[in-house]
Amino acid sequence: MTDLFDLRSAEAPSAPLPADVKPLSLEAFLAAPGNATAVRLEPGDDARALLPHCDRLALVEVSFPVFGDGRGYSSARLLREAGYRGELRASGDVLVDQLAALRRCGFDTAAPDAPLDAAVAKASLTRFADVYQAAADGRTPIWARRAGKEG
Amino acid sequence: MKLLTGNDLASGDSIWWSGRGWSRHVADAVDVGAGADAAALLAAETAALRVNSGYVVDAEQGPDGPCPTHIKERIRAAGPTVRPDLAIDSTIPIVKA
Amino acid sequence: MYRYDSYDQAMVDARVEEFRDQTRRRLSGALTEDQFKPLRLMNGLYLQLHAYMLRVAIPYGTLSAPQMRMLAHIARTYDKGYGHFTTRQNLQFNWIRLEDAPDILADLATVEMHAIQTSGNCIRNISADQYAGVSADEVADPRPWAELLRQWSSFHPEFTYLPRKFKFAVIASEEDRAAMRLHDIGIQLVERDGVVGARLFVGGGMGRTPMIGHELRDFVPESALIAYLEAALRVYNRYGRRDNKYKARIKILVHELGIDDYRRQVEEEFAAIGAQGIEPPVEELARIRAFFAAPDYETGLPETVDRSDPDFALWLDRNVAAHKAPGYAIANVSLKPVGGIPGDATAEQLDLLADLAERYSFGELRTTHSQNVVLPHVRKADLPALWQALDDAGLGTANLDRITDMIACPGLDYCALANARSIPLAQKISERFARAGKAETLGELKLKISGCINACGHHHAGHIGILGVDRKGTENYQLLLGGSAAEDCSLGHITGPGFDEDGVVDAIERVTDLYLARREDDERFLDTYRRIGMAPFKEAIYD
Repeated sequence: MTDLFDLRSAEAPSAPLPADVKPLSLEAFLAAPGNATAVRLEPGDDARALLPHCDRLALVEVSFPVFGDGRGYSSARLLREAGYRGELRASGDVLVDQLAALRRCGFDTAAPDAPLDAAVAKASLTRFADVYQAAADGRTPIWARRAGKEG
Repeated sequence: MKLLTGNDLASGDSIWWSGRGWSRHVADAVDVGAGADAAALLAAETAALRVNSGYVVDAEQGPDGPCPTHIKERIRAAGPTVRPDLAIDSTIPIVKA
Repeated sequence: MYRYDSYDQAMVDARVEEFRDQTRRRLSGALTEDQFKPLRLMNGLYLQLHAYMLRVAIPYGTLSAPQMRMLAHIARTYDKGYGHFTTRQNLQFNWIRLEDAPDILADLATVEMHAIQTSGNCIRNISADQYAGVSADEVADPRPWAELLRQWSSFHPEFTYLPRKFKFAVIASEEDRAAMRLHDIGIQLVERDGVVGARLFVGGGMGRTPMIGHELRDFVPESALIAYLEAALRVYNRYGRRDNKYKARIKILVHELGIDDYRRQVEEEFAAIGAQGIEPPVEELARIRAFFAAPDYETGLPETVDRSDPDFALWLDRNVAAHKAPGYAIANVSLKPVGGIPGDATAEQLDLLADLAERYSFGELRTTHSQNVVLPHVRKADLPALWQALDDAGLGTANLDRITDMIACPGLDYCALANARSIPLAQKISERFARAGKAETLGELKLKISGCINACGHHHAGHIGILGVDRKGTENYQLLLGGSAAEDCSLGHITGPGFDEDGVVDAIERVTDLYLARREDDERFLDTYRRIGMAPFKEAIYD
């Protein structure tokens, strides 16, 4: 049973993965969206194909078959930049050492194949008090703090 | 003959399977054979954290002990040839006659 | 030079603790090597032939005397008393223990140093012209831009798992002293209508498929550089090849798409990203720039130097470059003594360089992609004393850009990727050509040796290049002629069948003898080669 980690909280609480929603593949969704509100993106999928449908989607699951394939980070971030407000979930070969970057790129949740150590997960998410870049999580980058621009 | 080599996880030292444990010196290395037993041994030692990034190496029996067939592993056994003061084993011939 | 504020310090300190925890989890077995490897690579820690190797970042090749002393301390305390300067201006330690690595990073952090992203499939150290800030030909000091990019690229959440490594270089003059056109992205600061901005090149690189960078954009202003680079990196992250490690660099993507299509995609992405508010204000670059203000140069200093010592005079002519401030000079310190290991320095030498920097160079040093060190602000009046101190320590070789000032990767003596040794070959070449002043007679001749096709020794860009290969289990060397990493960028051509170690030294001697016989006026070896072509050289080599 895969756990679903909530990256929005520094505590990274986890709960069993909800079984009700089965995301469609991008190809299936684009061919026949129907009433679907959940889509799954593979690394090679073009996330921009979802932009016309963002308002109706509640869940976009981004697959990481191997953690070293970082295409999902770009998929997530550009969806957020385009205004997608639903849940962004990272699934697959997601290790605790990737959680912080996933959060910064706009992921809300992580559904890793292998169990994560909750204490290490929490430490990973809270280790860096500040960030150098503006990204999809809305954190104030260091250059803005230096300029006295909080917010 | 086939030898097992790898690195000590904590120190990084290059090491050779000596039959009972891991040695810094290829002279202590034993023939592990080419079969599945060598792979299983390596997997077990890796899981037990007694070796890191191990692999099988071809070697011949030399006058001073096993001598790896390929120059890369001979340098691995001997140490950097340009720093004799840092030699691990100066009896290993680098360039084959 | 740049000084960390509390934000910068907190970042490196947190990174140390992150790596300490990752190391603990590796040593306990909670992380497998496959899981740990990318994490340790992103902290500069390789597993090499004999031991772990740590590559410490020297951002844009600038460091202070206290930082140099820390490198000496690490060499002495944790390693075997020496370090190796690399072709990306960094420093490598060859005998590191994993269990010591977190403490080493903690020590480095106390002097604002780190090993962040010096390896891994991420944005690497941003290299720069070693004469930045002191050369009259620059449009502006490139280092503030490099520092801005260093911060932007550090722990960048979207670009942590790129298809492959990503290397930037920044220069600010027409003369290219940093091999800018052979980087994934090269930046040349230029001035247009009185405004300084970035001319961008993309898709340069060496390795298995060497390519010269294409111009991506003629001018990107300060106010849009970060957004533009994000767009360029995003297109690469999304579309760079992931199926084949040897075809995963951006140069392959640019080659396969064509520069026009790659540029079109970047411009589209840039248009989308531009409104996201990710660009730092220009005040941030100005804030960084203030750290690079010129030191308090004295005025009214003597311009003449006592040349009566012929050995000093040779070093003065060879290794000292003109400084933009009157009375000052740029001193190049050779780490290529005759018969020595190119780029290596002992802990004692590192300490001495720190002392000399404090005494003679406002406490500042540079590293070069040719594996040498520079003292960038030396009063001309101090040059004789400086040289004497260098010479006493084996650092006074007068051979800048001569054949004995060769680039050589560590090669099969150290590197698990190598096919052949490079250092013993470099030593033989050095000894052969130092004899009877031959190196001096040959003039400017950039010889570069790589021990494998990964080309860390830049052999494609050597006037003479050597590639070590494995030929049926024996070391063999291919010879290339006519490469250049400068603004006249070209890739070398292979001469023909390879040689054993002694054979390639002989071949080089035939090549250089032919040059001496055929050169016209003051032309360099490279110019003669370009004028007469490969055929005469081939004939001379293979008889």
